Amino acid sequence: MLSKTGTRRVHSVATLAAVAAIAITATSACAGSSSSANLSSSSAPGAGNPLAPSSSGTVVVGSANFPENELLAEIYVLALQGKGVKVTAKLNIGAREVYYPQVEKGAISIIPEYNGTLLSVEVNQKSTAKTTAAVDAALASGLPSSLEILNPAAAQDSDSVTVTQATAAKYHLKSIADLKPVASKLSIGGPPEFKTRVDGLVGLKSTYGLTFKSFVPLDESGPITLAALKDGKVQAADVFTTTPQIISDHLVSLTDPKFNFAAQNVVPLVYKPALTPTIETVLNEISAKLTTTALLQMDNEVITQHANYSTVAAAFLKTEGIS
Amino acid sequence: MSFFSWAWDWVNQRSNWSGQGAIPQQIVAHLGYSGLPLLIAALIAIPAGVAIGHTGRGSTLVINIANAWRAIPTLGLLVLLVVLLGFSALTWLLPLVALAIPPILVNSYEGVAGVDPGVRDAARGMGMTTWQQVTRVEMPVALPLILVGLRTSAIFVVATATIAADIGLGGLGRFIIDGLSSDQYGQVAGGALLVVLLAVLVLVLFAVLSRLLVPAGLRTRRREG
Repeated sequence: MLSKTGTRRVHSVATLAAVAAIAITATSACAGSSSSANLSSSSAPGAGNPLAPSSSGTVVVGSANFPENELLAEIYVLALQGKGVKVTAKLNIGAREVYYPQVEKGAISIIPEYNGTLLSVEVNQKSTAKTTAAVDAALASGLPSSLEILNPAAAQDSDSVTVTQATAAKYHLKSIADLKPVASKLSIGGPPEFKTRVDGLVGLKSTYGLTFKSFVPLDESGPITLAALKDGKVQAADVFTTTPQIISDHLVSLTDPKFNFAAQNVVPLVYKPALTPTIETVLNEISAKLTTTALLQMDNEVITQHANYSTVAAAFLKTEGIS
Repeated sequence: MSFFSWAWDWVNQRSNWSGQGAIPQQIVAHLGYSGLPLLIAALIAIPAGVAIGHTGRGSTLVINIANAWRAIPTLGLLVLLVVLLGFSALTWLLPLVALAIPPILVNSYEGVAGVDPGVRDAARGMGMTTWQQVTRVEMPVALPLILVGLRTSAIFVVATATIAADIGLGGLGRFIIDGLSSDQYGQVAGGALLVVLLAVLVLVLFAVLSRLLVPAGLRTRRREG
């Protein structure tokens, strides 16, 4: 009997070891693939010497590690290539902590950014600038000398107060201000810090006079928040304005006429020495045609419908008559 | 500033003990989010483990599945269920029950399977029915191990029930998650400390339970065995 139990134990140990080995291999494969996406500055032109023109005139377009940013970078890449600029694409680099120092050094020449967050994270955490003009002005004066932003697009990926179509119809909601008479009947959801954030519940109260029935802490415009809206656990939520589920779940993002949420226009962040008149013209042309609706539609195609990024980017450029 | 000093300062702040969503309220909620999954897991896993231990059939398969099962990412499962089921009770119950089952199942099985064959033979020889053998002989002998399984699961579940806060519910996870998102590390440390204290309390509770429930004769045997 003892040997039988002993054998069973050995079998269990062997199986456990096999499962562990598979798990470790899988984890290191994942870790390996994410670190290979990190930028190696040694291969980048102009790295460490901002005065030297890039040896081959090649421009490096980077992107952060989320679909919308990759899509925007893809649009930049295709448009620039269409105008005969030599482009290297380095997509899915990582979060701002990773790529921003690279742009500052010139290892990346161009990256799509969002003016509001760029300002509050890299330039001035305490900035009170809200409108596009104010944010851009603060960036122009606050960015390091090697960097500049070009023209902002109308497209914004910003926080919002979003409701379901049914709720919007029921209470005749178009802008956040329309919530005033009914807010006390509604629960609002958002990331936990939304409760105390300056542009969260605090701002909604001071800017629009809203007091909600309750606040439910969820995630940052992610699956939990969207499920809560769908399920009716909350009647309003902080959802990013280019979240694809706005289309698929028939949601309505209320307008923010009093600028409670700071502007988050898509804007190219550029390493100055790499900028040429051609590049500036092309990127400004893209920004002139990029609206929130267009960006939302494209996000829906690549995120929900798993369409190919290049295909969607090329279609946008063709429709807008660029390149 | 150490983790412990942050935690201690936060826990000692009077204001954290009163008002909505304060410490007492969240402890009670946390006990609920831990207790119910543990109870359900016990109701499933003890009979299953005892049955497998008694018959000896299917043991390798079930035990290996139970061990591999521990690799299920509880938080990932929670988010998946939110998308699939919305905000029902099952959404938080299922991941925690899944977490609690393996230790109880494996230990119940080991406890019953490890009953001295001489004792089993004696029970059979006395004419006991299967039900009598299991309930009057095998389970009491296996009780120390079953309690170990329950204790292990209880600690896992108390530590992991913090995930309920991810879907807007309460419990001690509320302090950890809210503190993290607003960079208030005192709150994070304090919440974590409370979870640890609760887990220690569970350990003490099971030690007391063990002393009360396990007959003296079995206790002596275990020490020698």
